[in-house]
Amino acid sequence: MQQTLAQKIIARAAGLKYVTPGEVVTANVDLAMIHDSGGPRRVAPILRDLGVGLWNKDKVFLVSDHFVPGDTEETSAILALTRDWARETGVRFLDGQGICHVVLPESGQLQPGMFAVGGDSHSPTGGAMGAFMFGIGATEMAGVLATGEIWVKVPETILIEWTGRLRDGLMAKDIMLALCGKLGMDGGKYQAVEYTGDAIKSLSMQERMTLANMTAELGGQTGLIAPDGVTTDFLRSVGGDTPDISGLYSDTQAPVLEHYLFDATSLAPQVAAPHSPANAMPASEAENTSIDVAYIGACTGAKYEDLKAAARILKGRRVSDGIELLVAPSSKRDQDRAAKDGIMAIFEAAGAKVLPNACGICAGYGTQRLAADVTCISSTARNFKGRMGDATSQVWLGSPLTVAAAAVAGHIIDPREMLL
Amino acid sequence: MSGRIFLFGDDIDTDQLAPGQYMRGGIEALAAHCLEATRPAFSVDVQPGDIIVAGRNFGTGSSREQAVEALLYLQVAGVVALSFAGIFYRNAVNLGLPVLIAPSIDGAKDGDKASLQLSGSVLNLSDKNTDIALEPMPKNLQEIIESGGLVQYLKKRLASKCKGQ
Repeated sequence: MQQTLAQKIIARAAGLKYVTPGEVVTANVDLAMIHDSGGPRRVAPILRDLGVGLWNKDKVFLVSDHFVPGDTEETSAILALTRDWARETGVRFLDGQGICHVVLPESGQLQPGMFAVGGDSHSPTGGAMGAFMFGIGATEMAGVLATGEIWVKVPETILIEWTGRLRDGLMAKDIMLALCGKLGMDGGKYQAVEYTGDAIKSLSMQERMTLANMTAELGGQTGLIAPDGVTTDFLRSVGGDTPDISGLYSDTQAPVLEHYLFDATSLAPQVAAPHSPANAMPASEAENTSIDVAYIGACTGAKYEDLKAAARILKGRRVSDGIELLVAPSSKRDQDRAAKDGIMAIFEAAGAKVLPNACGICAGYGTQRLAADVTCISSTARNFKGRMGDATSQVWLGSPLTVAAAAVAGHIIDPREMLL
Repeated sequence: MSGRIFLFGDDIDTDQLAPGQYMRGGIEALAAHCLEATRPAFSVDVQPGDIIVAGRNFGTGSSREQAVEALLYLQVAGVVALSFAGIFYRNAVNLGLPVLIAPSIDGAKDGDKASLQLSGSVLNLSDKNTDIALEPMPKNLQEIIESGGLVQYLKKRLASKCKGQ
């Protein structure tokens, strides 16, 4: 029977030979990721109420990122609770090392073909590794932590194929903004989105992560990229096991719900206007929009390669007068690597302010938020009204290149104009 | 349970339902700001038994369960929408909030008196004496909602398992 990658992974996790889209099955979870917001403070009381412990502490991965740096009484109390729970349970815990969706792949623990859940909507990021990973809420997570199982309605697959190759000045972020614009925020129909085609295959692992990450904005349950040499090289580079990726692809004759075909070569840098990622348009069409704040941050837009891209623009230039450029590297590992390569020095020379390795302004949970009437351009995934600050603030989305270019120009601009 | 309809558009996101800046505190403070970005007085105007009727992709965005919890705290009877974002839908079932898909919401107006029947899968507009048909909920999910959510449902199941042994 011809099956999609999503079907193959679910069938294996459910202990079945094959599964059919629409069928509801109970699957065994290979890895459960939780963070300081939806994690211990929410799941521990439920587990206590049920009178049960963890099904397997070695399969639970805890990260503190939403309330870091914990600069208020309330947030430091949440972080203290998180640390206490980590000690009590003995789960793997990365504390203040960066954002969960970035530090999990960097830990080498997430393997191709895994069936994994995360207590966060951007959990499809794991699909970049060829894992079926999806986001769930805290109550459902408590159920997983107690039993190691979860029910799933086997999704159809929406195949999104990008042919050609991204031109210089374009990034995975531009692909995703264009897709949000074309398909809408429910275009993924809570099915499995699989990205394929030459333009996708030539992306690095961190670029693939950006792609899979924003499957959340497309409304897909998970966003998969079939593992290949890029995947195994990445896993080796982070010291993980060399995985067996045989059979981890969609069979050529497996039925899919939809098959979209796009050309990467003709794509122009994209921005999304307030207040939806679906408000996508070429950056050149928004060129007269002046900005106050430029934000390079989040799991979506501040990984090592995002920082490196922004530095290409910022090298030898300074942020425009009156504009604030804020940079919150996604992980400590990526920031250290960027520092070693001189990238952090470029940010400093350009006049950027560096923030902690955490969700920061993107989640909008902390003290630092956008003020009233501020216009911001951001490398993050979402620009919902009031998410990053005051309800009157206006957030545009763009790639790290586009954000850096706007910081220098003082207004939105096609970043290719600055890549000489 | 009957109440009034609060009508919303497409893509009502979790940052509107549970604004991030109040996520560090308790549900009472959070619920007071529920949907204020779209409808500033919502948390004050909404009464127990009122029903949310919305367009496509209700609950898009974050996995934060507080988006559902805030509506439960305000004693909203349920949400009827053209479609729901996947994680929100699962969270609603798991916390016991009725969420029903309507093929069309054309007949519903803001402020209409209405009642929602989970088992009958209809939204009855009492003043107009008409029904809006809803897609029936899968039985297993209906069972979880009627138990009051996943935790209560699991407790019941665990208890019957113990009895069986």
